[in-house]
Amino acid sequence: MASSIPVSVAADLVPARAPRRRVPWVVVLALAFVGALFVMAVAAPVLAPQDPVRQSLRVRLKPPTLEAADGRAHLLGTDHLGRDVLSRVIYGSRVSLMIGFAAVAVGSLIGSTLGIAAGYRGGWADTIIMTLADAQLAFPFILLAIGIIAVLGPSFPVLVLVVGLSGWMTYARVLRAQVLVVRSREFVDAIHALGGSTLRVILRHILPNVLSSLVVIATLELARAIVLEATLSFLGLGIQPPTPSWGGMIQEGREYLDSAWWISTFPGLTLMLSSLVVSRLGDWLRDVLDPTLRGE
Amino acid sequence: MRGFLTFLGTRLARAVVALWLVSTVVFIVMRLSGDPVPLLLPPDAPRAEIFRVRAELGLDRPIIVQYGVFLGNVMRGDFGRSIHFRQPAMQVVLGYVPASLQLALTAFVLAALVAVPIGLVSALRRNTAVDHIAMGVALVGQSTPTFFLGILFILVLSLQVGLFPTSGRGDWRHLVLPALTLGAFSMASIARLTRSAVLEVLRADFVRTARAKGLSELLVVAKHTLRNAALPILTITGLQFGTLLGGSVVTETVFAWPGIGRLAIQSIYNRDYPVVQCTVFLSAAAFVVINFVIDVLYGVLDPRLRSR
Repeated sequence: MASSIPVSVAADLVPARAPRRRVPWVVVLALAFVGALFVMAVAAPVLAPQDPVRQSLRVRLKPPTLEAADGRAHLLGTDHLGRDVLSRVIYGSRVSLMIGFAAVAVGSLIGSTLGIAAGYRGGWADTIIMTLADAQLAFPFILLAIGIIAVLGPSFPVLVLVVGLSGWMTYARVLRAQVLVVRSREFVDAIHALGGSTLRVILRHILPNVLSSLVVIATLELARAIVLEATLSFLGLGIQPPTPSWGGMIQEGREYLDSAWWISTFPGLTLMLSSLVVSRLGDWLRDVLDPTLRGE
Repeated sequence: MRGFLTFLGTRLARAVVALWLVSTVVFIVMRLSGDPVPLLLPPDAPRAEIFRVRAELGLDRPIIVQYGVFLGNVMRGDFGRSIHFRQPAMQVVLGYVPASLQLALTAFVLAALVAVPIGLVSALRRNTAVDHIAMGVALVGQSTPTFFLGILFILVLSLQVGLFPTSGRGDWRHLVLPALTLGAFSMASIARLTRSAVLEVLRADFVRTARAKGLSELLVVAKHTLRNAALPILTITGLQFGTLLGGSVVTETVFAWPGIGRLAIQSIYNRDYPVVQCTVFLSAAAFVVINFVIDVLYGVLDPRLRSR
């Protein structure tokens, strides 16, 4: 039957899998960090020492300290409205992760669909989709993102859509390539001759082959999505205040850089670390799961 | 040679289509973003005045006609008059181009000049401390958001140490921080890719042969390795230029640098369609031209491509 036919592609091009290595300690640390980020986002109300939007003008711009100022310690200081920076950083992880994951879901769905369509249909559909991908790569996407958000307003669904649309191209390319490889093989004709649907070919012979590539791309895209969301928030086009977001906090602290460095620095460092860790994780996954993706 | 010309011809056709798509998308998005006329006139302007301004800007015509006019004008480099500056959009944007060009080129040259040698040294001294440190820094540089890097530079190098001014454009000292900020991501990417490209070539049989026949290490590296590693390095370097164009929007905003990136953001807030269209189109055109030049360089560097 169809499923017994080997579907691995160009197996001779991929070096034989190295003997199972131990997971490097950097990766263990990275996984722990991502886990901590998740816990932070989910359990924010429990973990945050204070209400992230509670203002207190008496404790404006207080530097990080272990001492309790107004009966509450501000470990990472307070911002220009007297809000606790630590609590806001903790709550900010929610925006980053929610938009990040939702955007990756949107991007992978759109990219995969278009990639499969391009590969299967070929001809005009292929040309149009791939030209679109090239055009978008050529386009300083941030301008388009800002334009769209300016039209539709910075709401959660709009941000997810914009950030998601910013990264569909890699999925499309990988899936298209895979479809082209599989489509020309005889067993596909056999499946069709036996009455199997195109959907069956896609689900049983194409997706399983690219699953590991998709996981790798999605991880790398997650890092990019988190940074793009923060960039948009920084430009004032993300989730609107008072909801704390890392990019927004960095923007708010910009005016106080010379007097209160901590407002921008802590959310910035968290953002930087998250981006670094997630993309490093993606690199590692790529090396383990799919070395052929290198250079994409 | 004919094969290569066909290859270039295809690339040229694709580039033109890409530019057409970009301009169409820009047109659609900007038209969706609302009517600029109320922004131009006082809130109590009479209706007749509103209609007069709309007609003057051509906004009262059917959208398809506006699109046709737009495309025709784009080909002549005419993007209409800026609503905000009340001058031809092209003229406004061209006024901001030198600042952007200065920043982008400085960042780019800085990135390439620093990154390629670092990547090369990293590859030749693989798994030494030098390699680990260089690649560690590159990794951090690659994943630091541009705008936060800019803020860190301002915080440390201008506010704490007082080496450089925080913003604006002036002498070379104003250029250092923005150029470093803008170039950091490219620098990191180019360094990492150079390293892996060189490593790849060093493993090749012909390098072993070159060594076996007793060539000096310098010759092996300079002639056999670098030349073969040049293609991927060139590709990523060209792609980085596109990233630079996008990154300049953020960098110019952080450092109040008077370039077209900042102009684009401000024009979006002002709903100054013509200027936005012009900046985006020029950026995309620059990107397409650079990639075309890189395709030509491919042919120069790799004779196999020419005969294909």
